[in-house]
Amino acid sequence: MTCLPENPSGKKLGLVTDLDICVGCHACAVQCKEWNTNGISGPLSDTDPYGADPSGVWFNRVHTYEIEDQEDGTSRTVHFPKSCLHCDDAPCVTVCPTGASYKRAEDGIVLVNPDTCIGCKLCSWACPYGAREYDQAEGVMKKCTMCVDRIYNENLSEEARIPVCVSTCPAGARHFGDLGDPTTDISKLVAERNGFDLMPGMGTAPVNKYLPPRSGAARTKALGAPRMLSIDQPPKKKAGRLTSWIDQVLSGGKV
Amino acid sequence: MGKQPEIDTSLEIFDEVKTTTCYMCACRCGIRVHLKDGKLKYIEGNPGHPVNKGVLCAKGAAGLMNHFSPARLRKPLLRVGERGAGEFKEISWDEALELAAGWLSEVRRSDPSKLAFFTGRDQSQSLTSWWASQFGTPNYAAHGGFCSVNMAVGGLYSIGGSFWEFGEPDWARTRYLLMFGVAEDHNSNPIKGHLGRLKGRKGTKFVSVNPVRTGYSAIADEWIGIRPGSDGLFILAIIHELLRADKIDFEFLGEFTNCAWLVIQNPGKADDGLFLRDRKGNPQIYDGKQKKITAPGPDRRPELLGKRKVRGKTVVPVFELLAGRYLDEKYSPETVAAETGVPADQIKRIAAEIAHVAFDEPIELDTGWTDVWGKKHRKTRGRAVSIHAMRGISAHSNGFQTCRALHLLQMLIGTIDVPGGWLYKPPFPKQVPPGPKPAGHEVKPGKPLGGPPLGFVHEPADLLVDENGKPKRIDKAYSWENPLSAHGMMHMVLHNAWKGDPYPVEVLFMYMANMGWNSSMNIGGADKYLTDKKADGSYKIPRIIYSDAFYSETVAYADLVLPDTTYLERWDCISLLDRPISGHDGPADAIRQPVVAPDRDVRPFQDVILDLGARLGLPGMIDDGGRPKFPGGYKDYIVGHERTPGIGPLAGWRGDGDSFGTGAPNPGQLEKYIENGCYWKHTFSADQQFYRHSNAKYLEYAKSMGWVENTDPITLQVYSEPLQKFRLAAEGHGPHQPPDRLRARIKAAFDPLPIWYPPLEGEAISVKDYPLHAITQRPMHMYHSWGSGNAWLRQITNHNRLYINPATATKLGIGDDDWVWVISCHGRVKGQVRLMSGTNPETVWTWNAIGRRKGAMGLSEDAPEATKSFLLNHIISELLPGKKSRLSNSDPVTGQAAWYDLRVRVEKCKAGEEGVTEPLFSALAKWSKPLKLLRFGKELKR
Repeated sequence: MTCLPENPSGKKLGLVTDLDICVGCHACAVQCKEWNTNGISGPLSDTDPYGADPSGVWFNRVHTYEIEDQEDGTSRTVHFPKSCLHCDDAPCVTVCPTGASYKRAEDGIVLVNPDTCIGCKLCSWACPYGAREYDQAEGVMKKCTMCVDRIYNENLSEEARIPVCVSTCPAGARHFGDLGDPTTDISKLVAERNGFDLMPGMGTAPVNKYLPPRSGAARTKALGAPRMLSIDQPPKKKAGRLTSWIDQVLSGGKV
Repeated sequence: MGKQPEIDTSLEIFDEVKTTTCYMCACRCGIRVHLKDGKLKYIEGNPGHPVNKGVLCAKGAAGLMNHFSPARLRKPLLRVGERGAGEFKEISWDEALELAAGWLSEVRRSDPSKLAFFTGRDQSQSLTSWWASQFGTPNYAAHGGFCSVNMAVGGLYSIGGSFWEFGEPDWARTRYLLMFGVAEDHNSNPIKGHLGRLKGRKGTKFVSVNPVRTGYSAIADEWIGIRPGSDGLFILAIIHELLRADKIDFEFLGEFTNCAWLVIQNPGKADDGLFLRDRKGNPQIYDGKQKKITAPGPDRRPELLGKRKVRGKTVVPVFELLAGRYLDEKYSPETVAAETGVPADQIKRIAAEIAHVAFDEPIELDTGWTDVWGKKHRKTRGRAVSIHAMRGISAHSNGFQTCRALHLLQMLIGTIDVPGGWLYKPPFPKQVPPGPKPAGHEVKPGKPLGGPPLGFVHEPADLLVDENGKPKRIDKAYSWENPLSAHGMMHMVLHNAWKGDPYPVEVLFMYMANMGWNSSMNIGGADKYLTDKKADGSYKIPRIIYSDAFYSETVAYADLVLPDTTYLERWDCISLLDRPISGHDGPADAIRQPVVAPDRDVRPFQDVILDLGARLGLPGMIDDGGRPKFPGGYKDYIVGHERTPGIGPLAGWRGDGDSFGTGAPNPGQLEKYIENGCYWKHTFSADQQFYRHSNAKYLEYAKSMGWVENTDPITLQVYSEPLQKFRLAAEGHGPHQPPDRLRARIKAAFDPLPIWYPPLEGEAISVKDYPLHAITQRPMHMYHSWGSGNAWLRQITNHNRLYINPATATKLGIGDDDWVWVISCHGRVKGQVRLMSGTNPETVWTWNAIGRRKGAMGLSEDAPEATKSFLLNHIISELLPGKKSRLSNSDPVTGQAAWYDLRVRVEKCKAGEEGVTEPLFSALAKWSKPLKLLRFGKELKR
C-alpha cells in the first residue's frame, strides 16, 4: 500500500479535452509517444513493430465511439483521447505494494518510479480507466507524466513548457493548467462549458476533465434563421427584378 | 511509504534544432527537427510557420519512423528476376545513371514522346514539368488527374481560383460554413484549427455534407449524409430556393460576374450560345443607365433580365438563362430529395439559413478599397457564408459540373473574395480561363517541347490531337475523350502504354507514384500491364525506371531503381510556381534543408534528374561549354534557375536580398530562408485583401509579381464560353470536331451552365445488380499508403473494415465482424464488416490505402496490411464498363479519375472463406529482416 500525499499543495495540474472539437486525428497520441520515448520514461518500447501484431507503449490513446444524437436521433461520432487522469484519489497509487506509484504533493502529478516498480501490474488492474501502460521490454509500468520533463524543463523556452499533447493539438481541443485553483483560465473554461469527470461513480476524483460536445440543434437555433424561405410574400420594395420577372413568366406575360 | 523521489525535470534531450518543411503528407507544415550528437530525435511544429503555426499532426509527429523505416532503399538497383518479383542486384550510381542516360538519350534522339514521365504526390512539379518540357516529351503529369483536377479546373474556369491551395474560407469572419466531401488530409492542420475556433464562436454554424460521418463531419453542427455523386443536385436545389425567394446579390452579379453579358440565341447555328461581342471582341451588356447595348465598364447599370434583338440576332443575358433553368421544378427540393437522400425540408432549411446569414446579416469592414474602374469603396462589404470542398465532389464523373455548381452558388450570393466569404490565396485569382495552353502539338527529335506539357485548353483547336482526332499524349489527356484534362490522366498511362494506344512507349519513368499498387485503378490490370510480354519474350513496356525512397510495390516492377532520400535529407522548395502555401492575406513559399546527411548510398531525385538532364545535354541544364549548369544539384537550381528574368523558384530575398517576388538570383537566398525558419511570407495591406478580381491596388501588385499579365478585371464566369465552344463543335460547327462516337457525350457534358447528371458507371451497368455506392475515406493519421510502413502509425491502423449502415446490413443478413465479398462489375474483394450508423444507407466505405502487397514496405508477410486489409482499387476499372471503344473511367470534361463512382453489391462470405482477404498477390522478395523490438530513444537513457 502506498499513501497519497498527506499535505497536498492544492495545485492540481491537469488536462482538459474538448470533445466538441476533437476530430480524432491522433496528433496528441503520436506527439506524446515521440516526446516521451526520448523523455524521462523513455524509451517507450514497441514489440513486433513491422509484424503481425505490433504493440507498444502509448501514454495517450484516442478511442472512437458512435452514439445516437439525443436531439435528432442521428449518428454522432465522438473521438475520445484518453490518458492518465491524475486522480485525487488515485487507486493506482494506493494499491502499489512498493511505493513506486506516487502522487506528487506539489502539483498532483501521478508518476511511477521505475527503480522501485516491480512490474506486478496491480496498478493497471486498479485503474478503472485503463490508463497504465506496461513496458514489456523493461518489465515496468509507465504512464502519462503530464510531460513533467517539459513543463519544468529549464532548457526549453517558457512557451514550450506545456505538455506536447496540448501544444501539438491542431484543433486546439486540449488545455493545460491548474485545476485546483478556480480562478485559472482552465478552471473557468470547465465551469463555463459544464466540464465533466470521467466515471465519477468510481470515486477516483479525476483531475483531468472533458468538455461535452455542443448541441448542433441549439447552434442552429441561435442562428435565428427561418425554417424556410418565404416565397409567396417577398418584401415589396426589394422584390425586384427577379420576382416580378418570375411572376410575368408564370402568368404568361411578356418579359 | 517512503519519500517522494527526486527526479530531474530539466533533461537535456537535444543539443541542436533545425527548421525545415514536413513531407508526411501534402500540407507542407513547418517543423523544428531536434538532434542530439547529430542524430535525429524529435520533430515538432514550428510556431512561427504560416501553415501550421506550431501544431503538428500524427503523421508529422511520426516522421522519424518513416525516416528509420527498414523499408528504406540503400543503393541503386538493377532487376535480375522477373518483373514484379522484387529480385535485384545493387549497382553503383555511375552505372545506374549511365544506363538511364543511355535509354533516355536513344528515346530523345528518335522520338521524345516515347518517354512517359509521371510523378506522384510530387512537390517539385515546377522542376519535373520543366524537365519533361526540356526533354521534349508531352507525356508528363503528376498525380492531379486522379486526385482533384475537377476542383482545380472547375474553379479556374469559373472564378479564377479554387479550393485548398487556391483559396480558403475567411475562417475568422465566416458565420456559416458548408463543407462538401473533404478528404481529411488536405490542408488538414489549418482546417482543424479553424474549425476548432469557429465552433467556439456564437452565432456560427458548420454544416458538413458527406456520406460518412468521420473526422471533420464528426464535429459538424449538422451532418448531411448525402448519397455519393448527388451533391450537384443538392446544390442546384439550394439555388432553386434562393432564386424563388429573390435572395440573390444582384449588385455583385452585375458588377463582378458575366451574368449581364448577352448570349446569342441562334439554335443550330455556329454562334449559338456564344457571347455577343463588339468589333474589338468585348462582350456586350445592356446598360440600363444609357439604355443601350455596350461593353461592360464604369458607370453602367447592367441589366440582368430581358431578351433583345441586336443586328438581327436574339440575345439574352446570362442571368436570365440561369434563372430560367434553375427555377424549373426539376431542381426543386421535392424533386431532388429521393436522388440525394436529403429530405426536401432539410434542403429548404439550409437554403433559408444561407440566405439569412448572407442577406439579413451582411458584414462591413471599415477598410476601403478601389476598384479597377477607379471607384473608391469607403467600406468593404461582405457576406459571411463560405464553402470548402474537395475530393468527395471531385472524384466523380460529374464532379467538374458539380464544382461549377458550387461556385455558381457562391457567386449568386456574392461571397467570392469578400469578408466572411471565400477568399483567394495568391497567386490566385488568375484570368478565366487561365493560361498557358498545353504544349505538345509538335514533338521533334532532340528538341524541347516549346512550353509546359500541362496547361489549359480554351477551345477545340487547343486539343492535343492529330488531324484524325487521334490523341497525341499517351494518357489521352487533352483529347476529345477528356478535353480539359489540365493535370493529365495518370490512371490511364499503364493501360495505354501496354496496349500501345495511341502508341507504344519505350521508357516509363516514374517518381514516388505507387502505380503498381494503390495509385492505380484495377491492380490486377496494372500488374498485367507492367509484366506482359510480346511474342519475342520482351516486355510490352520495354523499360521501367522508378525512383522511391522505400521498398514499395512499384519498386518490384522496375528495371532500374533510383533510390531517393527522405525529406529530412534534401533541399526542396515549395514554390509559387508550383503548389503554393500562401494564405489569403499574402503569398508564402518555403524550403526544405537537409537536416541530416544520408547514411546510405541514396540521392535526392531532384539532384538525379538534373544530373541526367546534364548527361543528356538538355537545354537549361548545361552551360555554354556543355558542363552541368547546376553542379550542386537541386540546391543550385533553386537559387539560380530563372523561369523568366527575375522570377525563380523562390520569391523571398531575391536580388541583393532586400527585394522579393522579382529580382536577380541571390546566392545567399537559402541562408536567408534558414534564418527565417525555412519560409517566406508577405502580408498584403488591408485594402489589397478583398475583391481581388477587381481590386486595382491588388491587381497592380499581382502584375508586378508576374501572377497576372495585366490589370484588367477578372470577370467571374457564371456562363462558360469555352465549354459552349466544345458543344458547338459536337453539334458539327467549326474545323475541329469530335469523332461521331463522342458527339453526344460532349454535347451533354459541356453545358456552359452547371448541370447534374448521374455518375457514369451507374449509367453503364444494371444498378439493380450493384445497388450500393462504395467510397473511401482517409484516416487523418495516414496519407495514402505513406503511413503503412510506419512503426507508430500502423499501431493505430493496420487493417481496414468495410463500414455499412446497420439498417442496410440487416437487410442483407450481415452482422458486425462478418466477412463479406464486395462485388463490382469489374471484380470482387474480400473484407470484414463494421457496422456504422453514420454512413449513408446506400453506401459502404472503407479507409483508403491501408492494404499492402505481401512483402512490401519491410512488413512481415503475416502483417494485417497484407492479410486482412483490402483496397477498393482491385474492383475499380480504369475503363468504363462496356464492350467496345471503352472510355476511361473519368469525368468527361477534365479526365478526373472517377474513384467514387464505384457501384457494388455486398455478399456474406461462405463458411470457410473468412479470415483472409482476397485477391492476394504473390509475396515480393523479402527486403529486410523484420525487427522484433523497437526502442527508439534508448541511447538517451541515462
